[in-house]
Amino acid sequence: MARYLRYMVPLAIFALLVAFLYRGLSLDPKLVPSPLVGKPIPKFTLTRLDNPAASISDADFRGKVTLLNVWATWCVSCRQEHETLVQLAKTGQVDIYGLNYKDNREDARQWLTRYGNPYVANAFDSDGRVGIDWGVYGAPETFIIDREGIIRHKHIGPLTIEIINDEILPLVAKLKS
Amino acid sequence: MIPELGHFALILALSLALVLSIFPMIGSLNNTPGWIALARPAALGQFFFIAIAFGCLVSSFLTDDFSVAYVAQNGNTLLPDVYKVSAVWGAHEGSLLLWVFILSGWTVAVSMLARHLPAVVLARVLSVMGMVSIGFLSFLLFTSNPFARVFPVPLQGGDLNPLLQDPGLAIHPPMLYMGYVGMSVAFSFAIAALIGGRLDAAWARWSRPWTTVAWMFLTIGITLGSWWAYNELGWGGWWFWDPVENASFMPWLAATALIHSLAVTEKRGAFKRWTVLLALLAFSLSLLGTFLVRSGVLTSVHAFATDPARGLFILIFLCIVIGGSLSLYAARAPSVSSGGRFDAFSRETLLLGNNLLLVIITAFVLLGTLAPLIYDALGWGKISVGFPWFNRMFVIFTPFLVVLMGMGPLTRWKHQDPGDLARQLRVALLISLGGGILGSLPILHKGSIWAGLAVMLSLWIVCSLAISLRQRLRYRKGLAGLWQDLGTKGSGSYYGMVVAHFGVAVFIIGVTFVMQYNVEKDIRLSPGQSTELAGYTLRFDGVQGRQGPNYHADRGTVHVLKDDREIAVLHPEKRVYTVQTKPMTESGIDVGFTRDIYVSLGEGLGNGDWSMRLYYKPFVRWIWFGGLLIAIGGLLAASDRRYRIAVRDQLSALGNDGLIANGGS
Amino acid sequence: MNPMKQLVESTKTSSPRKRGSSNSPIPNSLDFRLCGNDWLTRNLLFSIVLLLLVITAPPLPAAVTLESFTFPTPAEEQHFKDVIGQLRCLVCQNETLADSDADLAHDLRAEVYEMMKSGKSDKEVIDFLVNRYGDFVLYNPPVKPSTYLIWYGPFVLLAIAVLLLIRAVGRQRQVQEPEISAEERKRLERLLGDNAGKGKQG
Repeated sequence: MARYLRYMVPLAIFALLVAFLYRGLSLDPKLVPSPLVGKPIPKFTLTRLDNPAASISDADFRGKVTLLNVWATWCVSCRQEHETLVQLAKTGQVDIYGLNYKDNREDARQWLTRYGNPYVANAFDSDGRVGIDWGVYGAPETFIIDREGIIRHKHIGPLTIEIINDEILPLVAKLKS
Repeated sequence: MIPELGHFALILALSLALVLSIFPMIGSLNNTPGWIALARPAALGQFFFIAIAFGCLVSSFLTDDFSVAYVAQNGNTLLPDVYKVSAVWGAHEGSLLLWVFILSGWTVAVSMLARHLPAVVLARVLSVMGMVSIGFLSFLLFTSNPFARVFPVPLQGGDLNPLLQDPGLAIHPPMLYMGYVGMSVAFSFAIAALIGGRLDAAWARWSRPWTTVAWMFLTIGITLGSWWAYNELGWGGWWFWDPVENASFMPWLAATALIHSLAVTEKRGAFKRWTVLLALLAFSLSLLGTFLVRSGVLTSVHAFATDPARGLFILIFLCIVIGGSLSLYAARAPSVSSGGRFDAFSRETLLLGNNLLLVIITAFVLLGTLAPLIYDALGWGKISVGFPWFNRMFVIFTPFLVVLMGMGPLTRWKHQDPGDLARQLRVALLISLGGGILGSLPILHKGSIWAGLAVMLSLWIVCSLAISLRQRLRYRKGLAGLWQDLGTKGSGSYYGMVVAHFGVAVFIIGVTFVMQYNVEKDIRLSPGQSTELAGYTLRFDGVQGRQGPNYHADRGTVHVLKDDREIAVLHPEKRVYTVQTKPMTESGIDVGFTRDIYVSLGEGLGNGDWSMRLYYKPFVRWIWFGGLLIAIGGLLAASDRRYRIAVRDQLSALGNDGLIANGGS
Repeated sequence: MNPMKQLVESTKTSSPRKRGSSNSPIPNSLDFRLCGNDWLTRNLLFSIVLLLLVITAPPLPAAVTLESFTFPTPAEEQHFKDVIGQLRCLVCQNETLADSDADLAHDLRAEVYEMMKSGKSDKEVIDFLVNRYGDFVLYNPPVKPSTYLIWYGPFVLLAIAVLLLIRAVGRQRQVQEPEISAEERKRLERLLGDNAGKGKQG
């Protein structure tokens, strides 16, 4: 019997490989998980998108459960997720802040006027420097932040209704209680 | 109309593939000559219809038929005709059509050229090839139809990716696919042998030329890809250990192990089970490569469609083909008898060592390529191994392989006295050590231990080959005698080995010297300004605009001078293609046997100033020259006359017991 | 969408990629706390393999970018190239920070340049990025227990294979060569006799 077992080794190795490959089909190899989950949000101060004289900083994120959405007008997927964000904002379940990433102020303002503004406030990060502190490597990305200003979750890629219902809202509800 | 014809032809081809897979196989098991005889016509018919389909797609491209979705994505009216043809295999669907086209071609070739095989065996081989065809044709027809229409019809096509608009890249996929698909022949032979229960030296002799030719094509394909990358990508790199490159390298490594293992099985009847396993492995790796490139499980700039649905189809196909073949192996291999005995020190052992090292290298390339997936799937975090890891591992294992390469050709079958071998190789050892020390000294360039190691390894191979040649060709004097000896004392197989191993030596020098001694300079130049690079003077004479057939180019002029004598004028370009507007660099290269001077443009910085990158690349051509020699070696080996003598004639001469004397199972 | 467009679009780059990177850092955080009383042997084995890994790191030419960063000395320029050669571009994930033409790569290179210019050490620069992007930003995965599989895996495979080889060669030596019967011997002589005049095969 041991003799026969030896010849089954290649098949066994292949079976293991197939298991990994099958799992791999549902994974996205380009996703980079964030080491900032569980850590406080980075300190920053930026001008507001709608008003260059006013500023927005990390302090504004204390005291309530919030979402930070990284977006830009040059980002095609951001346009796709925008409707979903607007709907989420309408439910009033969570405050959505925006980080306008490496964009043009005028273009961004017009974009919001045209497509709707789900954001409580928008920070204008023209050179992406603050984005680096948040570990941003593309747009759109969405962070869930709790009352103490700790990052609890990062979602990479555009938001859909399913993701909102399955991933975002349950966590938001949990953090609120 | 024509696309529909093509589509219909594919459906007919699939039906013929079904006929080819089912009837001859059952016929071979029941010994029904009528069903066995269906194999060749079915193979021919399959080829005929796939050729029609291929022709239809080519025609759609050449006539700019943008109602076909695939043509709309990859074609363009401005695209030069030759690239319209190569656009046929420029993306996922078309490249699959090329795959089945080449597969059907190989199937016909086997059906015509392997007539001397027993009909039952040939029927099984063709049957298995037909089964692979079914898989690919189904994949095409059900998930990746190249003839799908699009409506409304766009006025202009998406254009072929500019990176692919290059002659090197036009033939690279066909060559590679000839290699991948060719491995299916060895695979089919192995399956036929396992089914029939006869695994002997005759099987090895039948498979060997087919496997060698397929391996040769794979070598050419990989070499072309590397050469293209160097010329086209603009950064002087020629191998990146990218997952898709690895996907082609792994079958090559397994196939190299296979051709060496087949030598042992053919000559000595040993390693039978191992050789069969390698034959299954080589094709399995080809298929695995197909999966990796098209499923989206790995990040790669090369990857085709990242569509998990298609990935699932291929995965199921893999399970059937590879899982099925390995199950058959597990069931049949135990009853295969062992072959010839050999001593601990013999050519068999050395070749076993060769196989071992090659399989280990294949294993770690697979490990490194799949590492991101494995870690992600197990939740161990996100990693990716890069170029340095692959390089380091490769550099650790390859020298041992080279040492064996020097010893193998001089070692006897079955038993070799180590002292005798050492005596023969004494001179080689001295020369290589000496050369190695010299090579690491800062004589012509700055010193480098890697260069010394490369010289030592290459000299080891070359000296060993020289000793081997001298041993064979020493009985007659004079040139006429030499010529006669060349004809009688060696065979295609032997000379193939000599040339291929020599190619490896050349390759080692090329790779190491270019990595050690390459000089890069990143500089900003004004028109008329000169700069120095590794003893050459390069003078920049500004950039002018130029209009190409489907692009606009900024064309620079750089004069290369050595000691005030002009030796070349280079014209690096920065092109912006009309449709896909991403800029592309065409480097200006002064090609030389011992070095390349390579210039690539960066950005215009105003006032006619341009940033550019200059490279001095010593011995870089030796990389592809080595690859070419290896391929030529393969060609020589496959053309050995013993494959051309009809085995059936031998069989009838020996009487029907000829094969039994070979120690079959 | 044209699948081959992925080649250009998915990475948000504008120019073709480049390759080449510098030495990986010597691992400095290897944990030798092994259990069992053969820790010395395993320790030694690990060290030997580690040494092999370290000394065989072929120095690859560090890739250069096309921005015009200025440096006071060539040594500092090489230092910068070495550091960015150790880091990964998160957009074009198979490329180093030195090679990639992605926007983010431009930003991160500028960041690294500023930090190095203001006197930060290599470790501080790398820690800065690892804190924000995770270990993935290191081009060579760090050598820690979770990555032993890839750093030591090939050698473990080699050891297993060598063992199997020795067993296989040893085992087949014990196989008796089959004796041929008198009848088969006669047949053999007849065959050899028949073939005497037909010349040698290759």
